[in-house]
Amino acid sequence: MKSIIEYIVSIFKGLSSLLAGMRVTGKYAFTPWKNVTIQYPDVRPVMTDRFRGEVIMPHNENNEHKCTACGICEMNCPNGSIEVISKTITTPEGKKKRVLDQYIYHLGMCTFCNLCVKACPSDAIDMGKNFELAVWDRTKLNKVLNQPGSKIAEGVKE
Amino acid sequence: MGFNFYDFTTFTHNLHLWFMEHMSPGWATTVEWVIVGVIYLAFVALLGLFLIWAERRVCAVFQQRLGPNRVGLWGLIQTIADFLKLMVKEIITPRKVDKFLYNLAPYIVVICMFLTLGAIPFAPGLQGLDFDIGVFYLSSISSLSVIGILLAGWSSNNKYSLIGGIRSGAQIISYELSVAMSLITMVILAGTMQFSGIVEGQRDLWFIFKGHIPALIAFIVFLIAGTAETNRGPFDLPEAESELTAGFHTEYSGIKFALFYLSEFINMFIVSAVAATVFLGGWMPLHFGGLEAFNHVMDFIPPIIWFFLKTFGLVFVLMWFKWTFPRLRVDQILTLEWKYLLPINLFNILLMTIVVLTKFHF
Repeated sequence: MKSIIEYIVSIFKGLSSLLAGMRVTGKYAFTPWKNVTIQYPDVRPVMTDRFRGEVIMPHNENNEHKCTACGICEMNCPNGSIEVISKTITTPEGKKKRVLDQYIYHLGMCTFCNLCVKACPSDAIDMGKNFELAVWDRTKLNKVLNQPGSKIAEGVKE
Repeated sequence: MGFNFYDFTTFTHNLHLWFMEHMSPGWATTVEWVIVGVIYLAFVALLGLFLIWAERRVCAVFQQRLGPNRVGLWGLIQTIADFLKLMVKEIITPRKVDKFLYNLAPYIVVICMFLTLGAIPFAPGLQGLDFDIGVFYLSSISSLSVIGILLAGWSSNNKYSLIGGIRSGAQIISYELSVAMSLITMVILAGTMQFSGIVEGQRDLWFIFKGHIPALIAFIVFLIAGTAETNRGPFDLPEAESELTAGFHTEYSGIKFALFYLSEFINMFIVSAVAATVFLGGWMPLHFGGLEAFNHVMDFIPPIIWFFLKTFGLVFVLMWFKWTFPRLRVDQILTLEWKYLLPINLFNILLMTIVVLTKFHF
């Protein structure tokens, strides 16, 4: 007798668990405004703060960056995707100073690990939010991040 | 011709008379066969395209996605584009298959599908075959399609296909019992096996209301067993993608694969149509005995629309099953049938017999 009761109870338990599952998916089905699909080429998503796209070097309105050409990012990069080329200039006061000539970034080798951004002592580089990084030509993956004619901003600690 | 959207009986009868008038009886019958065949072919092609589209949209909705919506209005042209792609694909016959059986298998499945579809009453007068043993005919023909699946699995000379085919055999032969028994339960209530008679018997009240508890149990059992018989939903063991690549149709390509795919969807439609006919009144509008005004209002909606509304409602429920429940193991499938559905069904037949004998129904 006990086993018969257990059998009948198991049927109703099974049915109720199936209905619980159907309630969950049914809730999804009848709330279509909660769909997670983004219709990509028409609607472009805004990436979150922690999204890691390509490495960028922010410039201010006077075309000044914060890079001191110290090369710590280059040392920290596990893949060798960063090359910091510096040059020595003479300041008006007559001092010799090492400044950034070219900040070369090889996107094709980058794994977006964020180590360079973390290592930078002067916050000169950042992770961009752009995710459409595909190009038709491989040479376009080698970028120069500092804009032509840019110089280091005043007050950046050497 | 007397065309009437509410009752096709006089229209088809007049058409028959017109043919008989203008040609010899032999030719008239041949022409009628050809017309009916073409109508069924066109219907199945359109229905298959629509159901595949609906499946993709509905499954997307259950997963909080949108589904195909870019080709044509709401993506309606998407399946036509997919079908064209399948048509131009190469039909590969692997070297070591049993060529005759391999080529025969998809056609057996499709022929069974057509034979089953013929017995379904779409509207008054719109029914291919109206046998007086319609329910019996339908359950016997629908179980024949397992032969096609077994042949496909066997002749492909591939272990995945063979396992898929054998699984399908075990599954369909088991669940055939439950399908037939739940239909028998309703035949006891209806008192006839003829589909037109079953629909006519629901003029006062649909059988699921008329037969209350035993009819409801039979309905649930039929939906479960019917899902199992179409090899879809949580019972898609014969084509379990994650275990058997694609099961019995792994080796098929191009239009032969399309035939298997089409028959799966049409079989889902057939199961829903039979459930709608036997339990929910088929093309019969929602009638309640005694409420004349209400019945009259319901009669304004043509029967064929009632039929498709109910059928597609049940198709939606079957899709709901498929995209909610996880796939069962082989032993679980057999346990469900032999330890649960079959005893419940036997008990239910007894219950229904008592209900009918004591006239304890509405």
